[in-house]
Amino acid sequence: GWGQVSSDEHASWMSVQTIRNVFSVETGYRLSDDQIVNHFPNHYELTRKDLMVKNIKRYRKELEKEGSPLAEKDESGKYLYLDFVPVTYMLPADYNLFVEEFRKSPSSTWIMKPCGKAQGKGIFLINKLSQIKKWSRDSKTSSFMTQSTKEAYVISLYINNPLLIGGRKFDLRLYVLVSTYRPLRCYMYKLGFCRFCTVKYTPSTSELDNMFVHLTNVAIQKHGEDYNHIHGGKWTVNNLRLYLESTRGKEVTSKLFDEIHWIIVQSLKAVAPVMNNDKHCFECYGYDIIIDDKLKPWLIEVNASPSLTSSTANDRILKYNLINDTLNIAVPNGEIPDCKWNKSPPKEVLGNYEILYDEELAQGDGADRELRSRPGQSLGPKGSRLRDAGRTVLTTWK
Amino acid sequence: MLLIQAAISCLDYFSSLLIALIASTLPHLEFVFSRVSRGSLGLCSLFSLPKTLLHLWYISFCQPLVLINLRNPNYENGDSLSFRTHLGLIQVPLKVKDIPELKEFFVELGLTTGQLGIDDSTQVPPELFENEHVRIGQKVLTEQDSAAAQQYVRQGSPTALRAELWALILNISSHPEDILYYEQLKTNVIQHDLLVDSLIYKDVKLTASNDDYYFVFEDYLYQVLLCFSRDTSVLSHFAYNSASPPKSYIRGKLGLEEYAVFYPPNVAPLCFLYHEPSKLYQIFREMYVRFFFRLHSISSHPSGIVSLCLLFETLLQTYLPQLFYHLREIGAQPLRISFKWMVRAFSGYLATDQLLLLWDRILGYNSLEILAGKSKFLILFCFSACKIASIVSITRIIREGHHHVFSTLSPPSFLKVFYFPGLVVLFFANISWVTGF
Repeated sequence: GWGQVSSDEHASWMSVQTIRNVFSVETGYRLSDDQIVNHFPNHYELTRKDLMVKNIKRYRKELEKEGSPLAEKDESGKYLYLDFVPVTYMLPADYNLFVEEFRKSPSSTWIMKPCGKAQGKGIFLINKLSQIKKWSRDSKTSSFMTQSTKEAYVISLYINNPLLIGGRKFDLRLYVLVSTYRPLRCYMYKLGFCRFCTVKYTPSTSELDNMFVHLTNVAIQKHGEDYNHIHGGKWTVNNLRLYLESTRGKEVTSKLFDEIHWIIVQSLKAVAPVMNNDKHCFECYGYDIIIDDKLKPWLIEVNASPSLTSSTANDRILKYNLINDTLNIAVPNGEIPDCKWNKSPPKEVLGNYEILYDEELAQGDGADRELRSRPGQSLGPKGSRLRDAGRTVLTTWK
Repeated sequence: MLLIQAAISCLDYFSSLLIALIASTLPHLEFVFSRVSRGSLGLCSLFSLPKTLLHLWYISFCQPLVLINLRNPNYENGDSLSFRTHLGLIQVPLKVKDIPELKEFFVELGLTTGQLGIDDSTQVPPELFENEHVRIGQKVLTEQDSAAAQQYVRQGSPTALRAELWALILNISSHPEDILYYEQLKTNVIQHDLLVDSLIYKDVKLTASNDDYYFVFEDYLYQVLLCFSRDTSVLSHFAYNSASPPKSYIRGKLGLEEYAVFYPPNVAPLCFLYHEPSKLYQIFREMYVRFFFRLHSISSHPSGIVSLCLLFETLLQTYLPQLFYHLREIGAQPLRISFKWMVRAFSGYLATDQLLLLWDRILGYNSLEILAGKSKFLILFCFSACKIASIVSITRIIREGHHHVFSTLSPPSFLKVFYFPGLVVLFFANISWVTGF
């Protein structure tokens, strides 16, 4: 287990606020070699909704310029392998672009999310342009807001055909630990979970403002009438896997999980160039993913401070183990950390984590991998599968 | 058999006594609820008195039975009075398979045959067993061979093939008339209210809604159970079957069909396999009519609950006599613990993937005897897992049939251990309790 240490700490679990202070130029605080912290200085490149989308768009364009096969598009101009984020625009900056897109499919629903908030706060759905105009008017006239401090929002195409189980919408929360961005080394926690809504899903327009139907955040659902404190509306990913394999077959289920791993790695690669790869840092992200009824996963957002509080007994056990395993990987052997180490923990300490992607190892295998893993094959550029059983441990894409 | 009937009427008497008691002392309603109920039953409005009685009657009768004893005082055991025969709770001369018969019956669970759940684990390369097994399964499905399917699932069914294999074994197909039948039942549900509906609602709310695995399927469960209670074809099955379905009536309403109630059966695990309601319904009905009703009715059938209890006690006494006696000493009669597992065919007590592997074998062997063996193993596992920390804690854990302990078990490994006693000895060589007393 891990115990608390007094101030000159070696491993500090900080809030995002504290991190800002630690790394801010003004304070002049410097971390010494035997101190590590649980956030990267500019994690918001990944965890702010607008910056995440910006970085992914930039990444895609770069790959396209390079002529990489990953950036291949289909006939309608959609990326074949990198289309994992719903169409998103920043407001108010891209308002006109958004309107253009909206007019192309006027019956679609869009979801408005504030960039810097969490727990489902401030989110609402719209299906008419007039609703945005009204919102924009309301916030402009609200007395203490000036144009410069107006909160940035993103607007995304709402996935109105989510995969339903028992008639209910759910999303996936997966934990990903990144120990270094360059070279990229990340681990996936095996025990993710699904968060179910307490109310049956309906795309009907009359229920667009019923947050219990549409938003899966526990912070919201726990105020619902049917919220149950025993299971908290949570299912393990293993349950999901069993259900999908039994009802849909093994191949499509495996393909789904491969795609999920793929999009996580791609999102990390997208921000790797801009991330301040401070050697004192590691970070455990909470990835939110929604699966639609065609079994396609969508990346909704990444959280830098995933909730470590528990709503049920199972939850408590899971989060306890999560923190335990995270620290085991970040701090080798429970000894005083030395950030000069190569951040390559032995397999035994992984606990419930498994290696998602290790750039060093992947590169070491040479260029012939790239040839073998050309898109068009059944597994696409995904290489050998990552299996929970641990038989193949690494994904081998470059 | 007289005493068995007496036992039932005792329970009936007990429950009606309870009702009479409650009815006469209404202010104590709350006390009874908190003591007896499992979930969070709200206090019934005193204005809906009949419903109140229903709830109480439900709690006292439809909840897992409290098994007291089953004994035929007229039966003289011809064998010499062995001390063994007086130790178990079930002392009825029913024919159950003995060990050699069991070994022969369950031959596919032997050491030399591969099993899903063990031989597809990480340490074993898939070429050795899993791939071939899956390939055979697919072949069986293409040929639509029901008998072969039944043989096949004895070694466990791959998750992706299970739904179709079970449908094949149970002869369920999606004919339009079956779907129509289900739709008709649904219409009946909408048009006619049965008193039993509120009982079903209560049961689902108390069990599935609070379950980690099954809460998602709450709506499906209502649909299926409500339709089931209106399905007259189920009753007609029992017309020619000697076991009468477990029906009970509200006191004073004997014979009136509306007040008859079936025991809530095990739908929830099936929701993992079938997401079309009509197919789910058919599979469930077929499984109930073939197997699960025996868990709720008293009969002399080898798969009946009484025989299973007897089989369980015999196995435990034969293989693990020290454990058996020790548990009796500390007041934890093993059968009292395992009864509630068996009567629900472990649904709600095992992780779903393990449960489905167990039910594979029920289908494969067309018998529920596997449940007795599973119970024996779980008692043992539970006990050894605690390593005699303290008698109090063990008793408590075993009494609660601790859920979390079971979710890590794999049925096939127990099967091998169970039927091959040599393995049993090895398995326990280093468990302290063996030498502990």
